Amino acid sequence: MSPSDLVLGRVSEGVREPHPGRTTIDREPDYLHDEHTLRSWLGSTDHKRIGILYLLSITFFFIIGACAAGLIRLSLVVPNGQIFSNDTYNKLFTIHGVVMVWFFLIPSIPATFGNFIMPIMIGAKDVAFPRLNRTSWYIFMTGAFFTLFTVVVGGVDTGWTFYAPFSTTFSNTWVVPALIGVIVVGFSSILTGLNFIVTIHTMRAPGMTWFRMPIFVWTMYATSLIFLLATPVITIALILLVMERAFHIGVFDPALGGDPVLFEHLFWFYSHPAVYIMVLPGMGVISEIVPAFAQKKLFGYRFVAYASIGLASLTFFVWGHHMFVNGESETSAVVFSVLSFAVAVPSAVKVYNWTATIYKGSLKLDTPMLYAMGYIGLFVVGGLTGLFLATLAVDEHVHDTYFVVAHFHYIMVGGTALAFLGGLHYWWPKFTGRMYPEALGRLSAFFIFIGFNTTFFPQFLLGYLGMPRRYHNYPPEFQLLNILSSAGSVVLALGYLFPMFYLTWSLRYGKRAPANPWNAKGLEWTTSSPPPKHNFETPPTVDFEPYDYIAREDRV
Amino acid sequence: MNGQSPGPSDYPLLLWPQAASADAVQSDHLIWSFTLLTLVLTVPIFLSIAWFAFHFRAGKEAHRQYSDKRSRLLEVSWMLIPFLLTLGFFYWGAKLFDRHKHAPANALRIEAIGRQWMWKFQHPGGQAEINDLHVPTGQPILINMISQDVIHALYLPALRIQMETLPGRYTQLWFKADKPGVYRLYCSEYCGTDHSKMDGLLTIMTPTDYSNWLRRSGNSTSLASQGKMLFSSYGCAGCHDQGSVVRAPSLAGLFGSPVPLEAGGTLIAGDGYIRDKILYPDHNLIAGYKQVMPSFKGVVQEGDLVLLTAYIKSLPAPGAAGSTPGPEKTQ
Repeated sequence: MSPSDLVLGRVSEGVREPHPGRTTIDREPDYLHDEHTLRSWLGSTDHKRIGILYLLSITFFFIIGACAAGLIRLSLVVPNGQIFSNDTYNKLFTIHGVVMVWFFLIPSIPATFGNFIMPIMIGAKDVAFPRLNRTSWYIFMTGAFFTLFTVVVGGVDTGWTFYAPFSTTFSNTWVVPALIGVIVVGFSSILTGLNFIVTIHTMRAPGMTWFRMPIFVWTMYATSLIFLLATPVITIALILLVMERAFHIGVFDPALGGDPVLFEHLFWFYSHPAVYIMVLPGMGVISEIVPAFAQKKLFGYRFVAYASIGLASLTFFVWGHHMFVNGESETSAVVFSVLSFAVAVPSAVKVYNWTATIYKGSLKLDTPMLYAMGYIGLFVVGGLTGLFLATLAVDEHVHDTYFVVAHFHYIMVGGTALAFLGGLHYWWPKFTGRMYPEALGRLSAFFIFIGFNTTFFPQFLLGYLGMPRRYHNYPPEFQLLNILSSAGSVVLALGYLFPMFYLTWSLRYGKRAPANPWNAKGLEWTTSSPPPKHNFETPPTVDFEPYDYIAREDRV
Repeated sequence: MNGQSPGPSDYPLLLWPQAASADAVQSDHLIWSFTLLTLVLTVPIFLSIAWFAFHFRAGKEAHRQYSDKRSRLLEVSWMLIPFLLTLGFFYWGAKLFDRHKHAPANALRIEAIGRQWMWKFQHPGGQAEINDLHVPTGQPILINMISQDVIHALYLPALRIQMETLPGRYTQLWFKADKPGVYRLYCSEYCGTDHSKMDGLLTIMTPTDYSNWLRRSGNSTSLASQGKMLFSSYGCAGCHDQGSVVRAPSLAGLFGSPVPLEAGGTLIAGDGYIRDKILYPDHNLIAGYKQVMPSFKGVVQEGDLVLLTAYIKSLPAPGAAGSTPGPEKTQ
């Protein structure tokens, strides 16, 4: 271990003293080794252990969602849909969408890193309501398993969007249990959001002012606001859907006197902000990684913080851009279109500021940074194609085609999954006390980037050429691009498999991690890897700015 | 298919979408110009990131001195300039969209009904087709559509347009095609098991070919006259025909005219109004009449509603004898 690992920027006595991370007799056992029983994990109120529980759960759901995706891509290799029946195909893309959106993407970064790292970043010893936090995980698992149960017994074929009146009247599948599961998971989101907001308001260490909070904490705050304000809307909308299906109350089905467009409004009033539940935390992770691996202060810190709150607010006013071709009035279409363009501004702020952060830095291209750079590329492509979709006349053509599929995968997979993997590698030493194998990490980042682009870029072309989404049978002229896309998905799958194996391997054989392997800033790097049960040996006080990397002289 | 013009299957590997209307070409211009702008905006960023990653990599000697003074001007301008540039595309897209929203008055009107899992199109002369749609070039075509069950969407990629068909509500789409050929049409809103089989062919023909096609397809009775027969068989005529004992509102000249409501205000009697009046006569009561009409909900199907509407539409206003609007004369 080099001395630079031990000597951190500005050390205030007894506060930022790092631990070398080796088992020593003079300190408490860390949170991982505190107790070993299953019960000590399942009954734990420690935010770190709950974060790990979420990590394991969402990995499990990711595998299910990814298997469904693989089968979808397998089926689309042939245009005539001979591999599965139409019904099976419809159930596959539904389960892929439901699992990935609700059980992976939405909880991914907030529930894992948010739980594990955020309290440490603000110098707290736990979240504000530790038992509520544990309850949230149980609620999440209950809901998710309830929905998964429907897959075992027969499946759902509504698509993750559950549009009425198909879902309320016409589908002959297990819609109600699937919906109940999603509704229940929503409560977990609301409680987590509430918990984080109170934590950030009340549990910050002395000296940790709002503008000394790392951007990741800002994005957790913004995300929690969306959790708290938007999730109730989808909860109510889905409850109405269940009621309508069970009791024919006539809210959405015109045959019963309802309005199907009302469901589209309610659905997107949540689901558009939900995109930012996925994107904002990703931005937060990248805002931690980029300064650490450039060894330079985050450029325009305040702008980036404001942009996070700006994005969270703006995102509530653009849901109508999902409805340009449903007979929505021309005036509202124009208003929603221009508001959607406005979302580009705070998004651009972030991208420019990350780029400016790299400028004149001292760059180390380790795995987290490779993921971050891949993220920036994919996010930019996803964001700009979002502007295409917000452009009225363009949306009239590419709406509900593969262009949309490609766009939201760039945003949601590119934006969330890459940030998640980047963050996973970045904080892995902190989570586990072990280092991952660097060469394999870089290889996985490379595979994912290549595989992702090969899978999804052809889909932009497919959409522009006019291939509708959710099509099991498609005209033969689209086969070449579909084969390319499916081939890419194999590479992408390999890219996902690598980390699963070598990270598991590293748990036992990985090098022991020092407290601060990246020479990074932030309170989480001042405590040992893995942290002690209450995060810090001595409660920290904060007398430094965020990202206080030393201003560099002209040096090597 | 008549076998004269190439079908989409003649393009086994599609690399460039066919465009069958001037508006489709406009959309392409918009899409490609926007793509160009995004390249102008992003390529420099990607290149800088790559260059910085190489030039400022750790351990390499480089000029790393920077001042902490920040250029607000730079930060504001790198946000504002791209934003304003993209706003230009918002405007372009909105203008084109606006054009797509206002059909010319002389448009040829085709009725479309979507249901799980087929499209039914009906020409004014009464020619009906399933999943296939034949239209002439050079004339604006207005497709008036509704769904019989769930949400569908009629998607005509060669024209770069689509529109959802909703149950219980008419939506419209118009275009003017100028390139004869056979193109694809799809349902683009997921609608259940055979969603991906709810597609067909859009055949764009010269006006001469189109009238030949209409003749070949059996010039049955026009939609309006089919509607007239239904009007009698459902018993509507008993009350609404002139000289009937019941004092029901006259339907002559009703279509497109303002209707005074009991609750105050007026409504324009369009397709939706007439459909709603047949199914839900208790809604939007008309000023000056006692509501005695029974609901035909569950009795009259979507297809018949279209025919009844076509008939009511064809009734000239008293005094404006024989002034039926253009499309109805096609027969």
